[in-house]
Amino acid sequence: MAAVAVEHGADEAEHNAEASGHAHPPTNTGISNDKVAMWAFLGSECLLFGALISTFFLYRSRAPLGTVKPHDVYDIPFTSVSSFILLMSSLTMVLALSAFNRADSRRAMVWLSATALLGATFLGGQIYEFTVFIREGMTMKTNPASSSFYVLTGFHGTHVGIGVLILLALVILIAKGRLTPERAETVEIAGLYWHFVDVVWVVVFTVVYLLPL
Amino acid sequence: MTTVEQAHDDHPAEPAHDDHAHDDHPTEKKYWIIALILAVITAVEVALSYIDLGDAVAPLLLIGMVMKFFIVASYFMHLKFDSRVTRRLFISGLALAVTCYLAMFMMFRQFGPREDRQDINLIETGVPQR
Repeated sequence: MAAVAVEHGADEAEHNAEASGHAHPPTNTGISNDKVAMWAFLGSECLLFGALISTFFLYRSRAPLGTVKPHDVYDIPFTSVSSFILLMSSLTMVLALSAFNRADSRRAMVWLSATALLGATFLGGQIYEFTVFIREGMTMKTNPASSSFYVLTGFHGTHVGIGVLILLALVILIAKGRLTPERAETVEIAGLYWHFVDVVWVVVFTVVYLLPL
Repeated sequence: MTTVEQAHDDHPAEPAHDDHAHDDHPTEKKYWIIALILAVITAVEVALSYIDLGDAVAPLLLIGMVMKFFIVASYFMHLKFDSRVTRRLFISGLALAVTCYLAMFMMFRQFGPREDRQDINLIETGVPQR
């Protein structure tokens, strides 16, 4: 029985190693430790963003009369365009990985740069949105609703900023020839992070901006 | 040598450009189609937020959100095609978060009648009513 279980585990590890298609030291699961670590990190990030989103959800109306609430100042068309930009950055990221897996480094750099540019555009939009909100009287200290809004979207923006830096670092490494298609898993892992940032925004956009009070 | 090491020696990991040995991975054309679907769902969500459908708006928006979440996770993050180990790692974190925060919402009576919701009461007065 135990032997069958070990054999089954070995089969799965073998399948995973073949499926990943990347060279890495042998592991029990057949998946590289880096990739497992990234998935575990993303699993824990679900809890972090879950806490921030829930806090906003509970506090979104907590504003004394006469103070500006987030729902009073939203510019939905503007944020919809930002959301679309971030969604499309997931497409360019997956196209970059696809190109790198085909050993097409030049195209991979183009798509990675496009992803970084789209991410930076999203960030620029968020900074502009924040300045408009502050000008309209909703600061971090205005009320609990505004505080939870800025903390949530600010945390997400920070993640996007880190993602943009990672993408730019990848472009530089590929350009210098220090990251070759044999190590495409590095791009895949960066891509996982980027897609997660996108997926979090999918939830934030709906819960924070679109859901009525 | 362990069985796992033996397995690796017999079938060494293939070079990265063979990743499409993953036959079931989407092609680039499919990625574009998936992105188009995501864009359409987003457009519908935004339109829904402007249409007065009463209480139906929130469930519809949440359905759209869940669809987009799982499309991105399944296809762009390759969760659908990846190993069970990575799937379990991510799903366990996600399930833990959803369970934990649903419990918190219930504690704050977010699913009860609208007049019982503490946050709604706070709009009027700025202080908790219960």
